[in-house]
Amino acid sequence: MATVPVAEHARPPFWRDERVLAVIAQIAFLVVVVLVFTYLYNNVQEGLRARGLAGGYDFLRERAGFDIGESLIDYTSNDTYGRAFVAGLLNTLKVSVVGILFATVLGILSGIARLSPNWLLRTIVGAYIEIIRNTPLLVQLFFWYTAVMLKFPRVRQAIQLPGSVYLSNRGVAIPWLVPQEGFSVWVGFVVLGLIVALVAYRYRARYEERTGQSGYPIITALVTWLAFVVIGWFVAPGTPAVLSRPALKGLNFTGGTRMTPEFAALFLGLVVYTGAFIAEIVRGGILAISKGQREAAKALGLSDVQMMRYIILPQALRIIIPPLTSQYLNLTKNSSLAVFIGYPDLFFVAGTILNQTGRSLEVISLVMLAYLTFSLTTSLFMNWYNRRVRLVER
Amino acid sequence: MTATAETKQPGRVARGALEWLRDNLFSPWYNAVITVVLGAVLFVVLRGIFNWVLYGARWEVVLVNLRLFAVGPYPSEALWRVWLAVGIVAALGGLSWGAWGGRNLAPTVVAGVLALIVAVLPLSLNVKGPMLASFVVFIVGHIVSMGRTRLQRPLVWAWLLSFFVVVFLLKGFGEGPPLPSVPTSRWGGLMLTILLAVVAIVASFPLGVLLALGRRSELPVVKLFSIVYIETIRGVPLVTVLWTAAIILPLFLPEGLRIDNLIRAMVGMTLFSAAYLAENVRGGLQGVPRGQYEAAHALGFNYYQTMRYIILPQALRAVIPAIVGQFIGLFKDTTLVAIVGLLELLGIALSVIAQPEFIGLQREVFVFIAAIYWVFTYAMSSASRRLEARLGLGTR
Repeated sequence: MATVPVAEHARPPFWRDERVLAVIAQIAFLVVVVLVFTYLYNNVQEGLRARGLAGGYDFLRERAGFDIGESLIDYTSNDTYGRAFVAGLLNTLKVSVVGILFATVLGILSGIARLSPNWLLRTIVGAYIEIIRNTPLLVQLFFWYTAVMLKFPRVRQAIQLPGSVYLSNRGVAIPWLVPQEGFSVWVGFVVLGLIVALVAYRYRARYEERTGQSGYPIITALVTWLAFVVIGWFVAPGTPAVLSRPALKGLNFTGGTRMTPEFAALFLGLVVYTGAFIAEIVRGGILAISKGQREAAKALGLSDVQMMRYIILPQALRIIIPPLTSQYLNLTKNSSLAVFIGYPDLFFVAGTILNQTGRSLEVISLVMLAYLTFSLTTSLFMNWYNRRVRLVER
Repeated sequence: MTATAETKQPGRVARGALEWLRDNLFSPWYNAVITVVLGAVLFVVLRGIFNWVLYGARWEVVLVNLRLFAVGPYPSEALWRVWLAVGIVAALGGLSWGAWGGRNLAPTVVAGVLALIVAVLPLSLNVKGPMLASFVVFIVGHIVSMGRTRLQRPLVWAWLLSFFVVVFLLKGFGEGPPLPSVPTSRWGGLMLTILLAVVAIVASFPLGVLLALGRRSELPVVKLFSIVYIETIRGVPLVTVLWTAAIILPLFLPEGLRIDNLIRAMVGMTLFSAAYLAENVRGGLQGVPRGQYEAAHALGFNYYQTMRYIILPQALRAVIPAIVGQFIGLFKDTTLVAIVGLLELLGIALSVIAQPEFIGLQREVFVFIAAIYWVFTYAMSSASRRLEARLGLGTR
């Protein structure tokens, strides 16, 4: 007698059943989204028809007909739009990868210097961080480009820095390694040395962990690698590489390699800007390790290096890596500001292609896809690394 | 008091200047080396900078164009509207500072000192007058509302209303008096920079909150949509979003419906900002303990009631500093609208360095506008730090 009403109560009418309502709400949402997109899509189709433009990605195989200032692959104006796009993509990758490397170094050094017991050093680095972080990157880029790079003297009066570095309004000329006959053999040795050094490091570190005796893992690894580098240099046939220095010949530099003012300005701007943000992340990460951890490490008799290696770094890295990843992504995305100073990155090249072909939807979708791929790969890699670091900690 | 200080930090009580120097600059030996080298480098650099600022730089490029930097090509006969807007904001600022800041006379004193400085500066009277008036309005507002926490709620509404009043005031309507319409192509300078940042953060707020709720929703379709939107926008640079807004938005709309450049830029910035705001709000939502949801459920609250009365008030309070940080980022990012040809502060700077009589003065112009950005963002970030301390986040 009592069971019947309970069973009836357990099933409310469908307009008050949450599960049914949830489905209805989602269907309604989906319908609205589809309707809006159909409406927009129809407008686009009509607009394109009215302008006499057809869709599709076929234009990528047509002749581009414009030049690109600098490129990592061979490119002339006779190549296709597709190849121009790839050239832009590689330029973006180039400035991002080099920028990330240098920004990390600058950021770590500044972050540590910000915690220095030396008041002067601390203050100067603090001023750098506060000034750079609180002004827009684009203003800084314009400053580096128009007020620094283009203000350098002409090639003939180029400023010479120690180490054969020349600054002129045509860019920065720096010494560069030119590969010779035996280069590939030597590179093989360098890479092999790196692998062996890593193994040696692991081995010595395990020994240290197991026995508590100093295993000098870092020194062992370094010596191993250097030995491979030096042996490889002599084993390789001929001289593997010569250092070519830039020299003034006529109206330009020969030898070495040259960074265009656009690349140099973008590189400098990105590194200085991102470095300031990384510095704050590093500082925060180190400060977040409580004093008790240091004291405990000292009490256990760990050396300074061991304390850094086993106590501070594993904990600090865990805090540092997530925000560091987003800074890397920011740097990559910020490299699109190249368009303002004329460095031919992905965005710049895409803009030119769009202006010439009028294929706005196609070009923009390609650009977005490219940046999304960078973002997703970087975050996947950093997530993987982050997991590894977490495992090391245990 | 002294006793505790002594027990806590024994060495710090009777320290002379010499000891401070030794501790902070010259011990151990390598610190002395660092200090000497850095000191020498710093001396040379600072001397160079001072020489340039005082003697080398030609600041007339900035002085002549001050009005351009402030409001861009806004018509001079309509400048009073800008001043009125500044006055409204100053009044509300003073009132709010009083209502939230407690019985603290410091803001009034600072404003008074700044007003005195403005009073002695060699500016023309039609700049100095309204500026001083704004300071007076601020001080009056502050003194009136000091310590009156009852004013807080009406003030929030007043700020929201003032946003529309200011935009209406600047835009105007119709041809003739009292408020002839000013086309948005004549808006510019710092005014446009601030307007863009404020519009983006205000307009993206509802959208961002909805997206954050959507991402945490149990409805898979809504959740997927929110995730795709947020991750796509966050994965691409702002310039591509602005570009899309500028180029694709007209394509999406039916024939004959044209929207001006400024609106396009605002739409772009808003869509961009919403994705980041959603992630900030999501952080706040995650910080609300599960018990709060369960308690709301036990009280028979439905989804809307739970969010409106229980969850969002706690979540949003926790993310105020993050939102201020995002606003600072947006303020800096407004520079990118130069790509769609708007004349905000950087756009004006680029047009000023192109003036034939000021060829080659890029340094002066960029240093000047960088200083303006710096003052604003630094002020905002220190205010946010103080706010964070006041809210006691992380301590409760």
